[in-house]
Amino acid sequence: MQETVKKLTPEPEYKIIGTRPQRPDGVDKVTGRARFGADHNLPGQLTGLVLRSPHPHANIRSIDVSAAMALPGVKAIVTRDDFKDQGSEFVPAGEMLINYRDVVRNVMARERALYEGHAVAAVAALSPSIAKAALKLIKVDYEILPHVLDVDEAMAPGAPILHPGMITAGMDPAPKRESNVAKRVEFALGDVAKGFAAADVIVERHFETKSVHQGYIEPHACLATVAEDGQADIWVSTQGHWIVRAHCARLLGMDISKIRVTATEIGGGFGGKTVVYLEPLALALSRKAGKPVKMTMSRDEVFRATGPTSGAKMRIKIGATKDGRIVACDGELKYLAGAFQGSPVAPGCMCAFAPYDVDHVKIVGYDVVSNRPKVAAYRAPGGPISGYAVESVIDELASKLKLDPIAFRLKNAARQGTKAAYGPKFGPVGLVESLQAAQSHDHWKAPLKVNQGRGIAAGFWFNIGGETTVSIALNEDGTLVLMAGTPDIGGLRASLCMMAAEELGIGMDAIRVTIADTQSLGYNFLTGGSRSTFSSGMGVVEASRSIVKQVCERAAKLWELPTDAIEYVDGSVRPAGANAGKHPPMTLKQVAAMAGKTGGPIVGSSSINAHGAAPSFGVHLCDVEVDPETGRTTIIRYTVIQDAGRAIHPAYVEGQYQGGAVQGIGWALNEEYVYGTDGKLQNAGFLDYRIPVASDLPMIDTVIVEVPNPAHPYGVRGIGETPIVPPMGAIANAITHATGLRFQSLPMSPPKVLAAIDAARAVGDVNFKLKVA
Amino acid sequence: MKIVVTLDVNGEPRQALADGRDTLLQLVRDQLGLTGTKEGCSNGNCGACTVLLDGEPVCACLVLAAEAQGAHVTTIEGVAVGNALHPVQAALIKFGGTQCGFCTPGVVLSAVALLDRVAVPSDADIRYAIAGNICRCTGYGKIVEAIQAVATSRQEASR
Repeated sequence: MQETVKKLTPEPEYKIIGTRPQRPDGVDKVTGRARFGADHNLPGQLTGLVLRSPHPHANIRSIDVSAAMALPGVKAIVTRDDFKDQGSEFVPAGEMLINYRDVVRNVMARERALYEGHAVAAVAALSPSIAKAALKLIKVDYEILPHVLDVDEAMAPGAPILHPGMITAGMDPAPKRESNVAKRVEFALGDVAKGFAAADVIVERHFETKSVHQGYIEPHACLATVAEDGQADIWVSTQGHWIVRAHCARLLGMDISKIRVTATEIGGGFGGKTVVYLEPLALALSRKAGKPVKMTMSRDEVFRATGPTSGAKMRIKIGATKDGRIVACDGELKYLAGAFQGSPVAPGCMCAFAPYDVDHVKIVGYDVVSNRPKVAAYRAPGGPISGYAVESVIDELASKLKLDPIAFRLKNAARQGTKAAYGPKFGPVGLVESLQAAQSHDHWKAPLKVNQGRGIAAGFWFNIGGETTVSIALNEDGTLVLMAGTPDIGGLRASLCMMAAEELGIGMDAIRVTIADTQSLGYNFLTGGSRSTFSSGMGVVEASRSIVKQVCERAAKLWELPTDAIEYVDGSVRPAGANAGKHPPMTLKQVAAMAGKTGGPIVGSSSINAHGAAPSFGVHLCDVEVDPETGRTTIIRYTVIQDAGRAIHPAYVEGQYQGGAVQGIGWALNEEYVYGTDGKLQNAGFLDYRIPVASDLPMIDTVIVEVPNPAHPYGVRGIGETPIVPPMGAIANAITHATGLRFQSLPMSPPKVLAAIDAARAVGDVNFKLKVA
Repeated sequence: MKIVVTLDVNGEPRQALADGRDTLLQLVRDQLGLTGTKEGCSNGNCGACTVLLDGEPVCACLVLAAEAQGAHVTTIEGVAVGNALHPVQAALIKFGGTQCGFCTPGVVLSAVALLDRVAVPSDADIRYAIAGNICRCTGYGKIVEAIQAVATSRQEASR
């Protein structure tokens, strides 16, 4: 039996942290009670639908809604004319940035339609069928423009320009000519020329990845209502309802206090629900119609109009000495941003070489616009793309140096004190410990059969903290209400409840956790950057400790003792030290019952900007079998090993590891946006955009390594994103070891693999090693 | 033209007026207010709308409301008996087989149908039975473990 949680440092005696209690949202989710975006309704609500551009690139000369408006049952129509233009201003969106000038254009096309599926108008009507009929009556006069989809074509001189006058930022001197390159970023350390001069072996390769979608099963949905006095309510499936509030207030010219946003249960987000699409349209329609408006996207709309992540082209060059020391890393990343700037190329650059302690590093990234939907964050945005390329080169280098791939990584692994090319010096991090756990795992030693191969890859995500408010109220009967504001997408309510119960020395049953609406709690940044258990957890600990302090004060008052003569142990207060035994202990329940008499309600709250988020490193092991007849790759065995800092609820940490790995398996083997030369997406559905199903997969094994984060009271690191970083590299390396062939383009789908097999057999490639039965 | 559809839903006789092109999914969600059945794609690709139609798991988005005339339909709201969760529901909570929970109603119904049909399903049987239910959160492992645990405990109980 393999050890599944590796505790590397002695830890305090926790009663609840590290156990596996049942989640407070469990019963609602298995009985159908849980209410998601589309499950909210109001009497008299209208149906809102969006008219979308059929063209990938076109000037919009005019929009005539008169015939549609005249259709009985149509109550409101909005177009670009209903949204005030916005100036250039960048605001955070998860670990990425968005610009309000672009947001107003993405929710509703202005001068141009910039991708197939770009919203052009929205209708609210009495029924879906009337709304559908109305969309057909809207006349849009398009002037079709040439489009560009590919990153190299978009960067080529003479390419169709999406945003006239766009000058690449981050260049010195600034270019004189407009282009589709929004931004250039660079991170550097040392002198790469000097580094490569010391190398005995250098591997330089080019890679390509395709756009892939987050693939949450719940389509975007919201219900909005704006009253005659301008007070608005919106229920929405989102990763950040304060963000929805901010964006909608800005786009609609409303005061923030006028909009109350309630985050519904969210049916998956993975970064894709950190931005707004339908929300400002629904509010604008409701304001115009004077009725509630409900909007839901079809799956087709989700694929065509919401954030996939970038496709990319990359060059990666790494040099090492004979004894296996990496001396220089150089990379160039070109990421597709979609129609508006803001690809995750900067985090892609930050992650690329982060697992390795190298003195000479240079990485340059380009953020490139094209006629595709604007990308949104997708789990460790940017990291899996560059990570795939780097881990492929690392594997090839290890082979060339005839070194064990784990030993090679261990020799160069980032550790405490390593300076990353993107700036920080790492504190305690768990890459070495994860690699050692991989080395000693029985998976690493298990025999392989014919046509099978084993791959390994490391991965990294930096994680974030940010603005957070938490409130805990002690009820009259001694139970507690805990309100947090970061939507629960991975078991957050359970983790927060566990931390509060641990702090207060009581059972979890006494605490009910709610994700509060924007009216009930102070500001919270969104759930993203693997920040919610870290940041809201910090807030819970602070708020719980405030409750403890207040409870001690109340007891001190009652007993007429100084506050420091009171101690709080296991959910009770008692006189301590010289006063021990003077009064019988009082339980939380007894103190709560007397709260009114001792000073009023007891509420603990915490409003913080959480600092000290620490990176999480992971290592994945993967065995594949490649069918020489069809080119199909089957995952035979898969193990995720990752540093969690400390797992509050190990089962939910494992769930994140498994889910991230499987998204990565889809990315590696099947998933891709397929476009025709007409610029239209050809696979906007789950039949043709194939994400992994249960019968495709083995059990994903997990090992939780714990190297605590000193900045968090319980040692928590964010863990949700790192699991999607290593899979593509691990699988590519496994396929290489099975076939003898290297694949530098994702996905490694059966047709692509089969073509390579056929080509290798045709030329008698000596490296090719699949056996045909 | 509207059609009167008479059917049994979760053991109760129900009647609804359906348009000829309405699906069973629209009937249960919009007309009967049973929103536990989810709409993920409307194409039969994701399985979020799985219900039992005369005991067989089907995608409610692929069945016309009119086709359900006289049928027995079980939705997620009809799986628990009173306050007692079905063992599959309890196991999904216990094993962490539900994360966001959006696919969960469909997974529960596919698993219930499997366990009604096969006494001792293998790992492959389970994975095949839920292959039509896409889950983007869990990677399926803990769902499979949960269903396996129900089958095992039932087998032990019958000894």
